[in-house]
Amino acid sequence: MAASSQNTSSSRALRDAQLIDSSGAWAKQARTAASERAQAAGLPQRRDEYWKYTRPDAFVQADVTLQSSLRKSLEIFHQRTTVLVTFEDGKIQSSALPSAAHCTLESLASASSLDLHWARDIYGRLEAAGQTPVQRSLAAVNTAVAREGLMLNVTGAVAAPIHIHATSSGQTDAIIHNVIQVAAGAEVTLIETGQYGARTNSVLEVDVADGGRFHHIRVQDGDERHLLTHIFGKIGAEATFKSFTLTAGGQLTRNECVLQLLGDDASVSVAGACLGDGRFHHDDTVFITHDAVNCESRQVFKKVLRNGAVGVFQGKILVKAGAQKTDGYQISQSLLLDDDSQFLAKPELEIYADDVACSHGSTSGAIDAQALFYLRSRGVPEAQAVDLLTLSFVAEAIEEIDDANLAQDILDHLTETLSAR
Amino acid sequence: MLNIKNLHVKLEEEDKQILKGVNLSLEPGKVHAIMGPNGSGKSTLSYVLSGKGGYEVTDGTAQLEGVDILDMEAEERAAAGLFLAFQYPVEIPGVGNMTFLRTAVNAQRKLRGEEEMSAGEFLKVVRAKAKDLKIDAEMLKRPVNVGFSGGEKKRNEILQMAMLEPKMCILDETDSGLDVDAMKLVAQGVNALRDDKRTFLVITHYQRLLDHIKPDVVHIMANGRIIKTGGPELALEVENNGYADLLEETA
Repeated sequence: MAASSQNTSSSRALRDAQLIDSSGAWAKQARTAASERAQAAGLPQRRDEYWKYTRPDAFVQADVTLQSSLRKSLEIFHQRTTVLVTFEDGKIQSSALPSAAHCTLESLASASSLDLHWARDIYGRLEAAGQTPVQRSLAAVNTAVAREGLMLNVTGAVAAPIHIHATSSGQTDAIIHNVIQVAAGAEVTLIETGQYGARTNSVLEVDVADGGRFHHIRVQDGDERHLLTHIFGKIGAEATFKSFTLTAGGQLTRNECVLQLLGDDASVSVAGACLGDGRFHHDDTVFITHDAVNCESRQVFKKVLRNGAVGVFQGKILVKAGAQKTDGYQISQSLLLDDDSQFLAKPELEIYADDVACSHGSTSGAIDAQALFYLRSRGVPEAQAVDLLTLSFVAEAIEEIDDANLAQDILDHLTETLSAR
Repeated sequence: MLNIKNLHVKLEEEDKQILKGVNLSLEPGKVHAIMGPNGSGKSTLSYVLSGKGGYEVTDGTAQLEGVDILDMEAEERAAAGLFLAFQYPVEIPGVGNMTFLRTAVNAQRKLRGEEEMSAGEFLKVVRAKAKDLKIDAEMLKRPVNVGFSGGEKKRNEILQMAMLEPKMCILDETDSGLDVDAMKLVAQGVNALRDDKRTFLVITHYQRLLDHIKPDVVHIMANGRIIKTGGPELALEVENNGYADLLEETA
């Protein structure tokens, strides 16, 4: 159904006429098409199966009423040399855009003002491809109206990670659209920290060409903020795509990840660890399509919940006919630290090839009493022992990160977060 | 060192009495062994003393150096100098052995109001002690007990004991699952810790371990009580005749 313009604010409008008028040729086309997609699909409703475990209301409602701020600079990766890109209140600080060898960095605003740009093959294209079989209309809205984002074109091995750090204040409603192109054989690591806005709708489109390698490490902190992220990835032959997310704060988070394995012998991993306490709702929605031979995909999600926190996992592996020798792995687990917290999981496999290995598992459990006693018998006080077992629980997800230094930074940040609460 | 008087313990969840009046007096610097058939309450005794949940003390006392320990939390007992070497050491994936050891050492120091051990000092001490137990750097880095063989797990228990320097060490069937060589290595580790102040309570089914860790006193436990106490010769008697004779004697 088509949403009427009355129930959406200007920032959430499905079509931004002024923006389309000022766009260059390729962007005009992409935004117009996305606007049509969004209007055809309509905004998500509570009764939608796809939104069964997480209410879409907060992302759809007209006004942002949250008072959220993340002004302080997160120092998680301060020991690492990174190429820093900053966003303030949902706007990329383009005057301060850095440069680095083997890649170019541009703002969406500057790229979309041109009539021709490399991003035209990706912007909105991967998002559109990810609209079937399930419609993700808020991603289409994003493509239609986003004014802010980073366009990163990677042509070789980029030595230092590209690091996006976002800060925001007040009732910022941020719509961010980042696009990354990784050329054949090229490699890059993207780090994302901070928060774009009190309410954020973000899309990250990543095209990894044959033999390319893309690593993504994201830390989602914050207080009240509501966050909806989408990753759309297209992965070529022998390419690698790895995305890890740590969520340690925020009232509402939904991380969607839609990946298409289109070339043989590719490998992808989507992993997440979250620590939820009290008013905390965290949803991982993943859809991985195997459409090539001998590809590997891994989904590893670990959620630690207490004081009524809610964790959701909807993960699907679709193996198309002909995608033989697929190796799919999916695990989603929650550690419930009390009786008030809950974990809702919907693991799905849909397989049309006959020579595949797919394993999946989902568990919910409390702290292992024997392990807790073991630690306490060594003199570790109960609260600290629970923290250690929490780290132990999420370790499998962190191990998905290839770079040992960055993994250690994540571990340190987790340890700090745990000891601070 | 450790005085246990008339200790009665039942399971919290069900009405099952496990310990029915245990009396033990362990002097500083001595090694006591407890032997007994399956289900006699040996492991329960070790758990109750070290503060595991799920048990209810219905009567009796246990004092470590004159201080009642039964109302203390497990970590407080550890900080007071009690150590239990587990029969089945627990695997903790994702937590490095070294991190775990350092956390434990410093947590105990903190509970005792002492200064924490610096990273450098800790590293020096742990390396020296690990070497004596043939624990290599790789094993120290690996997650706690994950993928360790039976022998490695038990050696790791002894390493923890060596690092924590407890006054009162309880070894719960430390010989189970060990081949002869591994048992010798573990026994060596224990013997190296023996001095005129530290006390050991060695729980075992078999006399075998006591060939390597020579006890001063041997107790036989059955049906929740200590039924006989004697010298090392008592262990040999059990080895030769089994428990049947002793059980009949006291029946």
